[in-house]
Amino acid sequence: MSQTATASKADTLKALRQRAYNIRRHALRMGEVQGQGYVGQALGIADVLAVSYFHALKIDPRNPEWEERDRFLLSIGHYAIALYAALIEAGVISEDEIEDYGSDDSILPMSGMAAYTPGMEITGGSLGHGLGIGVGMALGLKRKQSTSRIFNLLSDGELNEGSTWEAVASASHFKLDNLIAIVDVNDQQADDKSSLVLNYEPIADKWTAFGWETYRVDGNDLDAVLEAFDSALASSSGKPRVIICDTLMGRGVPFLEERDKTHFIRVDENEWSVALQKLDDVYGIQSGEK
Amino acid sequence: MSAKKKLKTSAMIASIAGEDQPTTAAPFGHALVEAAGKNDKIVGMTADLGKYTDLHIFAQAYPERYYQMGMAEQLLMMAGAGMAREGFIPFVTTYSVFASRRAYDFICLAIAEENLNVKIVSALPGLTTGYGPSHQATEDVAIFRGMPNLTILDPCDAVDIEQSVQAMVDFNGPVYLRLLRGKVPRVLDRFEGYRFEIGKAKQLIDGKDALIISSGLMTMRAIEASDELKEKGKSVAVLHCATIKPLDSQTILDEVRRHPDRPVFVAENHSVVGGLGESVASLLMKEGVAVKFYQIGLPDEFLDAGALPTLHDRYGISTKEVVKTIEQNAF
Ligand SMILES: Cc1ncc(C[n+]2csc(CCOP(=O)(O)OP(=O)(O)O)c2C)c(N)n1
Ligand SMILES: [Mg+2]
Repeated sequence: MSQTATASKADTLKALRQRAYNIRRHALRMGEVQGQGYVGQALGIADVLAVSYFHALKIDPRNPEWEERDRFLLSIGHYAIALYAALIEAGVISEDEIEDYGSDDSILPMSGMAAYTPGMEITGGSLGHGLGIGVGMALGLKRKQSTSRIFNLLSDGELNEGSTWEAVASASHFKLDNLIAIVDVNDQQADDKSSLVLNYEPIADKWTAFGWETYRVDGNDLDAVLEAFDSALASSSGKPRVIICDTLMGRGVPFLEERDKTHFIRVDENEWSVALQKLDDVYGIQSGEK
Repeated sequence: MSAKKKLKTSAMIASIAGEDQPTTAAPFGHALVEAAGKNDKIVGMTADLGKYTDLHIFAQAYPERYYQMGMAEQLLMMAGAGMAREGFIPFVTTYSVFASRRAYDFICLAIAEENLNVKIVSALPGLTTGYGPSHQATEDVAIFRGMPNLTILDPCDAVDIEQSVQAMVDFNGPVYLRLLRGKVPRVLDRFEGYRFEIGKAKQLIDGKDALIISSGLMTMRAIEASDELKEKGKSVAVLHCATIKPLDSQTILDEVRRHPDRPVFVAENHSVVGGLGESVASLLMKEGVAVKFYQIGLPDEFLDAGALPTLHDRYGISTKEVVKTIEQNAF
C-alpha cells in the first residue's frame, strides 16, 4: 500500500470510530428514555453499522426513498434501536426524536416498521423474512438494470428459521451478486446462547456450501470490518456475498460487556448515565467535546 | 423537553394485570410441572421462547423432558407431531402470531389432519403487546377456526390456565390455547364452584339488563364492567366462553333465550372478523334467535405500536371502553 493510501485509511478508520461512538451514544440515550430496550445488541452491532452507513451504502439522507439508493433491510425488528441510532447519525432522522423513542405515536417504535420511520425499508420482527425479501428486491433491481445493491442485516437467531435457508439457496441459484447479507453472530437468542439453543457452527462453511462468497470477521474490529466490506463489494465472483460478524453484546460499555448475557441485558435506572460516561471513557472523550 | 413521564411500550415484559390485582406467576409452567409429575408421557418443546411462555419452569423441573427446538416454528410443529406419533403428549410453545401465521400448514396437516395429541400453547394472543403487528395476534382465532379437529381455548386468568392444563392432558386430540404468561391476574377465584371444562361455557354473573358473552382476558374486563355498571343500578350478566371451538351452542342458546329482550355483547381480545363474535352471531342466526347484537373486539386493521393501556383504550377493549359501549347501546 502506498503512503497516501495508508494515511487515508487511517483517516477513514478515525472517522468511522467517531461514527460508531455516536451510534452507541444515540442508542444509550434511547434506552434511557424507555428504561429498557435492546441496547446490548445495538452496542454490539454499532461498528458494523458505522461501516455500512458511512462507508459502504449509497444513500441520500434528505431523500430516503431515492430510487438509486442501496437498500438496507433490517429483518431483526428488535434491533430497531440500533438502526435508528445509525439513521440519526446519518441525518435521515432528527436527533430530537430520541426523547420519544418507544412512546405512544413515536416515529421510533420499539420494533422496526416501514410505515413509521424514514429509512426503515421493511417491517421486521417476524424473524426470517428479510433475506427472502432481499432476494426479490435483488431480482427486481436486476430487471430494472439498476446498480443499487441490497444489504440485509440478520441475526444468528434467524439462521434457525427455514425461510432464511430457502433464501440462501435461491440467492446463489440466481447469482445475485447485488445482494449482501450481514449476519450478527452475538451468540445470543431469546432463551440462551445461540450455540446452546441450536448450534449453527460452522456457519461460514454452510454459507460457502450454499454458493455464497463468505467473509467472517470480528465485528467489533473496525479495521477488519472495513476490509471485509471493501473486499466483498469489490468482488467480481458473481456470487451473493455474506459478511459474518462476531460481535460482543454491550460493546463499548465495559460493565455491560461483562454483565451476564441475556436477550435483554438488564440496565438499572441509575446506570444509564454511568453507561454514557463509561462509553466516553472508552473512547477517550472529555465531556463537552462531543 | 416535557416533564410528563411518557407511557412505556413495555413490550415483551408486558403484564395485563391491573396495579393492585392479585396475580400468580407463570401459572402454565407450574401447572404443567404438576401434571407431568402424574403423567410421564408429557414433554415440553419450544421454539426459542421457553422463558417467554413460562415453559422454563417445566424445563427447570424436568430438563430431560424439555426440547429446545431453536427458533424454528415449522419444525416445532412437525416435531411435536412426531412426538405425539410415538405416544407422547407434547406441549409445544411459541407466540400466537408464529403458531398461527408461520406454522399453519404444519399444524394443519402434520397435527390436525391426523388428530394428533399435540397441545399448542401460545403467548401474546390478541392485543397483549405493544410491539405492533409482528407480535400482535389479532386474527389467530380466525385463522384456526377453519381448521377441522382443532380445539381452541381462550382462558381468562391464572385459575383457568391452571385447570386447563390437566384438562388438556385428559383430552385426547390437538388443542390450541391462547396463553397469558408472566404475572397473570387471578379473578375467577371469587366465583364459588367455578371449574374450567373444555367445551363448556360458564355463567359467572347473572343479570337482566344485558348479557356479555366473552372469552380470554375480555372475561376479566366483562366482570369489571358488570361490577361498575352494578353500582349504577344495571345488572349485566357475564357468560364466560373459554372454549371457542367447539362452541358450547346449547349453553349460549339457553342463556340468550332465557331473556330474549336482553342485548347481547360478545367481547373478545381478537379481531371482530372470524372470532367468538362471529361464531355466536352465526349460531344465533342459524337458530333463528333474533336479539340486539354487538361486538366488542379489535378492528379489522393492523394495530398501532404503543403502550398497552393506550392501545386498549384506543381499540375499545379496556374496561372503561367496554362500559361505554354497553351504556351507549343497552340502556
Ligand atoms: C419468527 C419469530 N419467532 C420468534 C420470535 C421471538 N423472538 C424475538 S427475538 C428472538 C431471538 C432471536 O435471535 P437473535 O435475533 O439472534 O436474538 P438476540 O441476538 O437479539 O438475542 C426470538 C425468538 C420472533 N420475533 N420471530
Ligand atoms: Mg443473536
